[in-house]
Amino acid sequence: MNLLLLMPELVLVAFAIAVVLLDLAVSNKRSLGVISLVGIVISGGVSIALWGGSYPAIFNNMMAVDNFALFFKLLFLGVAFLIILASADYVHRMERFQGEYYAMVLLATLGAMLMAATADLISIYIALELTSISLYALVGFLKDPRSSEASLKYLLLGAISSAVLLYGMALVFGFTGETQLGAIAASIQSASLTSSPALLLGVLLMVAGFGFKIAAVPFQMWVPDVYEGAPTPITGYLSVASKAAGFAVIMRVFFTAFGAPQLSLDWGLIFAVLAVISMTIGNVAAIPQANIKRMMGYSSVAQAGYLMIGLAVMGVSPVTEVLGRSGVIFFLASYALTNIGAFIAIIAISNRVQSDLIADFAGMGKRAPLVALGLSLFLISLIGMPPAAGFMAKVYIFNAAVQHGLIWLVVIAVVNSVISAYYYLRVVRVMWFGEPVSGERVPSTASLRLALTLSALGVLFIGIAPGPVMRLAEIAARMFAF
Amino acid sequence: MELSYLSILVFLPAIGAALVAFIPGLSAGVIKRMAAVASFIPLALAIALFAAFDRSPAAAGLIQFEEKLPWIGPLNAYYHLGVDGLSLPLLLLTALLGFLAVLISWKVNLRVREYFAWLLLLETSILGVFASLDLLLFFIFWEIEVIPMYFLISIWGTGRREYSATKYVIYTLFGSAFMLAGILAMFFTTGSLSMVDISQQGLGMAQSVMRPAPIFLLLIIAFAVKLPVFPLHTWLPDAHTDAPTAVSVMLAGVLIKMGGYGMIRLPLSFFPDVARQYAQFLVALAIIGVLYGAAVTMRQTDVKRMVAYSSISHMGYVLLGIFALGQVSLTGAALQMFSHGVVTGLMFALAGLIIHNIHERNLNKLGGLARQAPVMAVVFSIAGLASLGLPTTSGFAAEFLVFVGSFTSTAFPGIQVYTLLGVLGVVVTAGYILWMVQRVFYGPVKEEFNGVKDADALEKVYTFVLVAVIMLVGIYPAILTDVIRLGVSPVVGLLGG
Repeated sequence: MNLLLLMPELVLVAFAIAVVLLDLAVSNKRSLGVISLVGIVISGGVSIALWGGSYPAIFNNMMAVDNFALFFKLLFLGVAFLIILASADYVHRMERFQGEYYAMVLLATLGAMLMAATADLISIYIALELTSISLYALVGFLKDPRSSEASLKYLLLGAISSAVLLYGMALVFGFTGETQLGAIAASIQSASLTSSPALLLGVLLMVAGFGFKIAAVPFQMWVPDVYEGAPTPITGYLSVASKAAGFAVIMRVFFTAFGAPQLSLDWGLIFAVLAVISMTIGNVAAIPQANIKRMMGYSSVAQAGYLMIGLAVMGVSPVTEVLGRSGVIFFLASYALTNIGAFIAIIAISNRVQSDLIADFAGMGKRAPLVALGLSLFLISLIGMPPAAGFMAKVYIFNAAVQHGLIWLVVIAVVNSVISAYYYLRVVRVMWFGEPVSGERVPSTASLRLALTLSALGVLFIGIAPGPVMRLAEIAARMFAF
Repeated sequence: MELSYLSILVFLPAIGAALVAFIPGLSAGVIKRMAAVASFIPLALAIALFAAFDRSPAAAGLIQFEEKLPWIGPLNAYYHLGVDGLSLPLLLLTALLGFLAVLISWKVNLRVREYFAWLLLLETSILGVFASLDLLLFFIFWEIEVIPMYFLISIWGTGRREYSATKYVIYTLFGSAFMLAGILAMFFTTGSLSMVDISQQGLGMAQSVMRPAPIFLLLIIAFAVKLPVFPLHTWLPDAHTDAPTAVSVMLAGVLIKMGGYGMIRLPLSFFPDVARQYAQFLVALAIIGVLYGAAVTMRQTDVKRMVAYSSISHMGYVLLGIFALGQVSLTGAALQMFSHGVVTGLMFALAGLIIHNIHERNLNKLGGLARQAPVMAVVFSIAGLASLGLPTTSGFAAEFLVFVGSFTSTAFPGIQVYTLLGVLGVVVTAGYILWMVQRVFYGPVKEEFNGVKDADALEKVYTFVLVAVIMLVGIYPAILTDVIRLGVSPVVGLLGG
């Protein structure tokens, strides 16, 4: 039974191994991508089959198979699907290691899926490391100096953050004597540890450790360099899957283990403060960027700031309210589609013009009109303007904040959205009003076009009729096995 | 089942935009004709709705042609369209100017496909603003308008077009950021996003107590940017001046009316008591806007910039009429919005014609054109006279109602003084309008303008249509005020006057 409930993950493992092995045998490397896609689809199908059921936690309460986990699993699988589609045009740059590339993406996704499901500090740490190590390698896949530097930087800072996280976990374990999240909560309750400073220190260190994953200020130092150096599909993957996994873990850990009212007020406030500085610093720092990947890096820091509004809300009244959680989940879904779409468009353009500089996107409105139209849509979505998904995401999460009396936080956030319009629109302006260096068309491959179309339709759908996805997010937020 | 007239009206231009944008291989001529059709049908529909509108006194405050479908369950949002006496005239105005804007753009030859797609999308978003009754839907239409505007000004504009476009976008987004916060606060307070429910049941449906004044101010700021209210007006001269002609017409004609409409519809109807407290402050801003706008207009030498600044002054009357808080003054404000839309639309169309045909936009270098371009001279003079409020033009009826309404208003003691100061603005207006007409069309005939083209057949059509509307409303204002009254009286009822 346990293994049956673990099917989505097991399928992915099997396909990851199969891809590595087949890499030795087949000469047409394109087929490896197709096989990976098949694996993702099967795993997704199994996850959908499990949706809505109420299953017991498996492996001695180490893993939950609740709708929350399943929602995120589907999200990660969707992201991986789009990223692999978008990579088809890109992997020729890494001639020898295409099999490993696909396998690593699958393994990173596996780690992210486990992160969303685990309910025990030990397995959380393992899942997190699985994702991180795959990503360290993927960031360095280009093997040029910049990519290697990014990989090394990511590895070193990532290792430090893992250590900090582990230290926090150790403190929590030391005081509660438990690693299982539900048991931690019970222990905090019974030993009335809610105002223990040492426990708070442990919580704080865990915030720092997870903060690195979600790229919140002040744990964002790695972002610009790693985003710039990594292969562009991986940058897209980092900005979405890695961040979403971080938020999934945070929600489960903080809500389940540290949900006691007194304690949650403390971390709610921490997240409110982090939200404000993340969005402000992210947006301001993005303005002068000339490289679009660096700009998207800072943009993702700012988006983490908006997302943390939902966490702050959870802190305000953790027990009764699901609004904050469903706000975060819905925002993550919209953000994932939007940001992946944006990176797909960036790949389509920058791969052809061989440059990541915003200035070199000039005249793309003429040279690649559909890609430019898509990218404009995604950037508008990131600003949070209708009719794109980003607008509904912001309305929904801000609504949660207003309902809990955090209107000051909302005012800061909406002003931040306006600041962000400046740099997002600059890219739009360059694409449509800039003089192209040549009149030559910029072609894109079929798989890129497919990925772009899928995400654009998704963004528009969520932007115009968000009801169904919001409902899914609410179900996911409500069905917390722990 | 009844046909969804309003939905068709609102979305037809957008469908036209999509067709124009995505059907491959269309020639410029076909695109223009498609755009004309896609904007003419909404106009015909709007006229039909206007004719079918129930004007009996019993219909006061009733929403007509209503459509309501559940839209976003978790947010309690509905796809809710409908019109009342307040929104119908503006809807009609938008449809009219939307169609004429296509005709005005007939000579556009740069990136034709994109231009008409954006222009039609712009029309849909403005129509949507006036037709929505759900706050979220209203906000979405309100926001979408920014995107076509940004492209239209940046690509097809003149002068410092990118600067002006960016300034416009940033101002608008700041305004709407406040509006979003205000709307969410309203939603939190009442649990509803329906404009009708909130204004009828007021804060009686409040589930929790959030002080109304801050929400009122959030909403007022959002609309004040758009109207524009001094000192939030600085985007307007740049955007109006640098936009292409048809876009200036839309911008001055209907876009800024969204501000006045929004003020009446949201903050005034939701928080009548707070509105009373702030009435004096806002009326003072209105008078500053009237006088400051008029004074600055005097000094302009660019023909388009001049018309742009005169809008600031004229929108001051709208604000005055709104916050005099009386039946007559509010009717005047609503009529002034319509009238200004037609008059200024016409003036921008003519300013565009002057620039296009004569290649000169500096008032000091123009002159004596009445001989060389008689049709333009006559039409421009009529527009000017309507703008300064000559009887038998729509401007007179509107301004007269505003002044009578505010002079007799009991909103706060001493409003008469403000009103008299406002009337002073009319005098200054007369000064600059006549001076402008004189500098462009009269005086010694200039050799270098021999052989300039006068208005051609198409240009005659759209200018004459606007002149006809100006005269019709001027001579028989009841055609509009009968409708407006039905929309205004429930608001006045809320205000307790």
